[in-house]
Amino acid sequence: MRQIDPDVVAAFPITPQTELMHKFAEHVADGDVKSEFVLVESEHSAMSASVGAAAAGARAMTATSANGLALMWEIVYIAASCRLPIVMPVINRALSGPINIHCDHSDTMGCRDSGWIQLYSESAQEVYDNILQAIRIAEHPDVLLPAMVTFDGFIISHTAEVLDALEDGEAREWVGTWTPNYSLLNTDDPVTYGPLDLQDYYFEHKRQQIEGMNHAPRVIKEIGEAYGKLSGRSYGLIEAYRTDDAERIIVALGSTCGTSKVVVDELRDEGEAVGLLKIRAFRPFDEEAVAAALSGAKAVGILDRSVSFGAPGGPVHKEVKSALYGGGKTPPVVDFIYGLGGRDINREHIRGVFEELKPVADAGRTPDQNIRYVGLRG
Amino acid sequence: MPGVKQLAGREEMMAPGHRACAGCLPMTAIRQILLTAGKDTVCGCATGCVEVVTSIYPYTAWRTPFIHNAFENSAATISGAEAAYQSLRRQGKVDKDIKFIAFGGDGGTYDIGLQSLSGAMERGHNMLYVCYDNEAYMNTGIQRSGGTPKGTATSTTPVGKVRPGKQEYAKALTDIMIAHNIPYVGQATAGYPKDLSDKVEKALTIEGPAFMNVLAPCTRGWRYPMEESMEIARLAVDTCFWPLYEVENGVFRVTRKPKEKKPVAEWLKKQGRFRHLFKEENKHIIDDIQSQVDENWDWLLKREEMTRSEAS
Ligand SMILES: Cc1ncc(C[n+]2csc(CCOP(=O)(O)OP(=O)(O)O)c2C)c(N)n1
Repeated sequence: MRQIDPDVVAAFPITPQTELMHKFAEHVADGDVKSEFVLVESEHSAMSASVGAAAAGARAMTATSANGLALMWEIVYIAASCRLPIVMPVINRALSGPINIHCDHSDTMGCRDSGWIQLYSESAQEVYDNILQAIRIAEHPDVLLPAMVTFDGFIISHTAEVLDALEDGEAREWVGTWTPNYSLLNTDDPVTYGPLDLQDYYFEHKRQQIEGMNHAPRVIKEIGEAYGKLSGRSYGLIEAYRTDDAERIIVALGSTCGTSKVVVDELRDEGEAVGLLKIRAFRPFDEEAVAAALSGAKAVGILDRSVSFGAPGGPVHKEVKSALYGGGKTPPVVDFIYGLGGRDINREHIRGVFEELKPVADAGRTPDQNIRYVGLRG
Repeated sequence: MPGVKQLAGREEMMAPGHRACAGCLPMTAIRQILLTAGKDTVCGCATGCVEVVTSIYPYTAWRTPFIHNAFENSAATISGAEAAYQSLRRQGKVDKDIKFIAFGGDGGTYDIGLQSLSGAMERGHNMLYVCYDNEAYMNTGIQRSGGTPKGTATSTTPVGKVRPGKQEYAKALTDIMIAHNIPYVGQATAGYPKDLSDKVEKALTIEGPAFMNVLAPCTRGWRYPMEESMEIARLAVDTCFWPLYEVENGVFRVTRKPKEKKPVAEWLKKQGRFRHLFKEENKHIIDDIQSQVDENWDWLLKREEMTRSEAS
């Protein structure tokens, strides 16, 4: 964020987002950035002020976690419907209640239908890379939608990692300057943002918003490739890790992908045909690529770090399953709910998941008990 | 300060053809305010009657830039726009002088938006917040708000067998804003346009946050014939129910002292929402309201006396 040097940053503290906010405050205090730093009285106002700032033509950013995101919820939708390219890191944390400050994905999954682009990050490096790309994706004229870059609370937010950063000048050139089509500050050509939109136009406006999201997969790919040229690290919507000839594949988001890659390598060394499908962009969701990566598998295990109460499985499970539907060969799918409220997931757990997928692969059909829990007592 | 005639000659920033009711004083107030503020003003409005009648897509009645975000965040939204202005101006990307006004109804201000208003004022944004106070949630069908006077019949405080309208007094919003120690707080009404305009001019000239509470009668909600709006607004002032005053850097100044203070019943009896108060069994409520009006008025005069600046 220091390198991006946004025009306006509005923020309100919540653990584990605080670390990021303190760092940025230091940059403001040291004069490293020229951002107007608005220390609002709530997250609701943080998102509201971001909307006001972005509508006034500023590059606006904020950051939050869990309850903070929940308090923003109403305005999260409004930001997207006003087509304001706000970029927001969300440091994933379990939603209350009971209150819990540790990581799961229930917060960002709760606004998966809000019209924001959602990029999940595996490591601190990816957080950095994703934020720099998110600016360009959100501001792309074919997209014009806000973007959240999510990363796992404490697991990524509070651990030290080696980071390969761009030079300041490179980063500045990469994000470029932002010139919006419409600004509230242009009093010679006044515009009205956020009008009342009734039965006669609302639907068409939603359709346009959908269109923006429909362009996002192409733009994410293009920008991921361009970023690769600059940094040596390319990105797509998904990352298929050793899936080509894999019989058992697990699907995951966020930091668990790193642990899973280690396990996949270990099992591969032991001669087992396993792989990982990492979902980087959960919104937009690349249905085709997901189906293509999974259709050769004999069993698929989904790692869901949030619940969808009363639904047949967690959000990732449902999404992946619907991607597989109608695509010819549909492998059996088992959902593994894990890590709620920061419950640890380690290599043994992931090995266990692959183990549980063995009989499923052998049977060749989805078992009766297709929602399971990892690392849960009792 | 421009006179009424001068204002009348200025370019209208609120286009005719909006969908407000005839006799809508919130819209009159906003028109007057925009005449004073002029074209280089960014306006925001909370969800409510004004937003709904002025911005039905694909039309807009705003000739200034305008943003509606949600019900409770007009102040936060405009503080974001103002922050953007500060930032872009510092970077040399904007060079005009631009003013910022956030509007909200009493519901969006006394109640759900109080937090965001308080935050924006405390942070010191260079903006004016205007509460157009029609004393109820009119947009959703005349429900009580924290600004609804005691005794009022609304759709959520109807007159029933055991409850004769709203039980509580209105929240002292203007006092709450004074307690924020911001450079300018004013209380005005669309019924006295010159007074309103002078205050707006001051509020927009002073550096830092300013707040104005503007009484704006609603013909539908207050239940009176639409042509009586101005008269009813003035009666609220002349009965001292709604004193006109301002507080500039802590110094109080009452901007209109009625020659003869009329009984508040004169104001109440013009409005259908208070009709039940004139029944024998409810007369004590009018007495209560009168004694509160008296107390507030005396206290206001005292505060003016106490804070009178040495210079004047
Ligand atoms: C969060 C939220 N709650 C409720 C509403 C419904 N709502 C819209 S306008 C309104 C009342 C507005 O009243 P007020 O602020 O007094 O303005 P008026 O309509 O009287 O001009 C309400 C309750 C809403 N839009 N958003």
